[in-house]
Amino acid sequence: MPPLASSQAPALTGVWCRLHPLSPVARIGITLGGLLVLGGYLVSGDQSSSGRTMDTLLVAALAVLRSVAAVVSWLVTRWRVVGDELQIDTGLVYRQSLRFPLRRVQAVDVVAPLTARILGLAEVRVVSAGTGHRQHGRLAYLSNQDATAVRAQLLALAHGLAAETPEPPALPLFRVDNGRLIAASLLRGAWLLVLVLVAVGAIVAAADPTGSGAAAHQGGAGAATSLISGIATGLFALALDAARSVNGDFDFTIGQAPDGLRLHRGLLQKRHETIPYGRIQAVRLVRPLLWRPFGWARVELDVARQPEARRQGEARQLAHLLAPVATLDQARWLVAQVAPGAPATLPRAGAPPRRAWFRAPLSYHHLAAWHDDRWLVTQTGRVRPATVIVPLEKVQSIRLASGPLLRALHLANLRVDTAGRRWVAAALCRDADDAAALVDQLGGLAWRARRLSW
Amino acid sequence: MQYRRPSPRMWLARQTVLGLTSAGLAAILGASGGLLWGRAGALVGIGAALALAIGSWLVERGRYRSWGYLERDEDLVVRRGLLFHRLTVVPFGRMQFVDVTAGPVDRLFDLATVQLHTAAAATDARIPGLRSVDAAQLRDRLATLGEARASGL
Repeated sequence: MPPLASSQAPALTGVWCRLHPLSPVARIGITLGGLLVLGGYLVSGDQSSSGRTMDTLLVAALAVLRSVAAVVSWLVTRWRVVGDELQIDTGLVYRQSLRFPLRRVQAVDVVAPLTARILGLAEVRVVSAGTGHRQHGRLAYLSNQDATAVRAQLLALAHGLAAETPEPPALPLFRVDNGRLIAASLLRGAWLLVLVLVAVGAIVAAADPTGSGAAAHQGGAGAATSLISGIATGLFALALDAARSVNGDFDFTIGQAPDGLRLHRGLLQKRHETIPYGRIQAVRLVRPLLWRPFGWARVELDVARQPEARRQGEARQLAHLLAPVATLDQARWLVAQVAPGAPATLPRAGAPPRRAWFRAPLSYHHLAAWHDDRWLVTQTGRVRPATVIVPLEKVQSIRLASGPLLRALHLANLRVDTAGRRWVAAALCRDADDAAALVDQLGGLAWRARRLSW
Repeated sequence: MQYRRPSPRMWLARQTVLGLTSAGLAAILGASGGLLWGRAGALVGIGAALALAIGSWLVERGRYRSWGYLERDEDLVVRRGLLFHRLTVVPFGRMQFVDVTAGPVDRLFDLATVQLHTAAAATDARIPGLRSVDAAQLRDRLATLGEARASGL
């Protein structure tokens, strides 16, 4: 292995570099902290001395092992940028050589978890389109200013500019009100379930024949206790979920830079995401049931990514929010910024024929579809209307499907796929003849849009 | 334009498989019926197997007839489904790669399945029951068209 430079700047000019020397510390920070706490508890605990020593030794061994693993992983990892390719070599036993062609980069994120933030480090994460790699290009960790420089360069290369192009300044576009974010995080549909449970509990308690002997009374008390503990657990889980989303989306800001949208968010863990223009596969506007009285909505973005990222936790992390919560007007305005000319909510004129009610009685009042020569906008949902906006130049395939019931009603479902893997634009229950005509029409429009986008 | 259909060999292959499984089923049902209830039982067992075979044959025939594909100037159209109709349109410029697969039965009848993949996971464009020569030709044609019209994500 050639000698490795310790400073990061040369990596951008094609010299192999290691990651920041503090990376192992940042990586094991939380685990080590946990183990130390456990060790301290064991040392101060009042067990028999021999068992205590064994446990303490075990914990110490674990801590040492974890630290050694982190240091070794840092030692064997090197990276550089050559031409328009990001190269990462890693692994001690299984050597891995990862190559990321920057032309295919879908987004570049800078993520700083709490421990890394304390040390002044950040991770650069490159999301590239389906190359079959198991992981994204992750550089964990670089110093803050290196991370910013690397991101600027990767984005410049991704846009086919010279590597030295300085990062263009971003214009602030939108800022999410933290108070509203907290309120919105607490307004989850799951609360309704808790309310139902409480109501059921109250009814059971009221119907319980009181005063029919001590035994019956005790039984009732036991049921009430278990109900209360169940509700408490549910409430705790809900609160945790709300806290997580507040933590993730705190201080949410969007900036508009010439090279893409900049998203900044996070309370403990800071994230800086950049989504280059033209990489947006779909935009979705969702109005959850409990938010509707307040007229709030959520706006999300989809970019092309590998299917591995669909695993639950990862998908949540990678979900690019354009606004975790916004008023409907703000949401419409935001959609207009990323999809100029596309309506964010559809008028009833785009609704399917009335007979579609027999197939979709619960969602009929939300179903709608609209398109022009650049966008396809569809609306679906039962209790939670969601509008999906797809740029026609991104269309991968068009599907038409109809089952026995739909055919009896002379209806058909039309779906449009994009390389973003989270949503499909679905125009449901359209008149069968209209849908067949729409397939041809959309095919032609998509073809033309592709030509124009070149 | 006329939809092109899978090779009649596919229908032959399906019928052969169906015939063999039906014969096996009839033998099992007939034997067990005969052992339990004598001659009448055997007849009932064979009759049930026969009814099942006729039903499956009708369904299979409908399915076979529903398959069709159409190569147009800019895209490929695949339709299928007896009860649930499906139609998929894939622009040539969006094809990522083309698969040709052939299972053991397919190989016996010199058949192959051509499958198209795009960057969208939901795309489901599959053409089964093509003569392996036709499949290879279609694959090459699609690959050429895809390359000529390829566009970025």
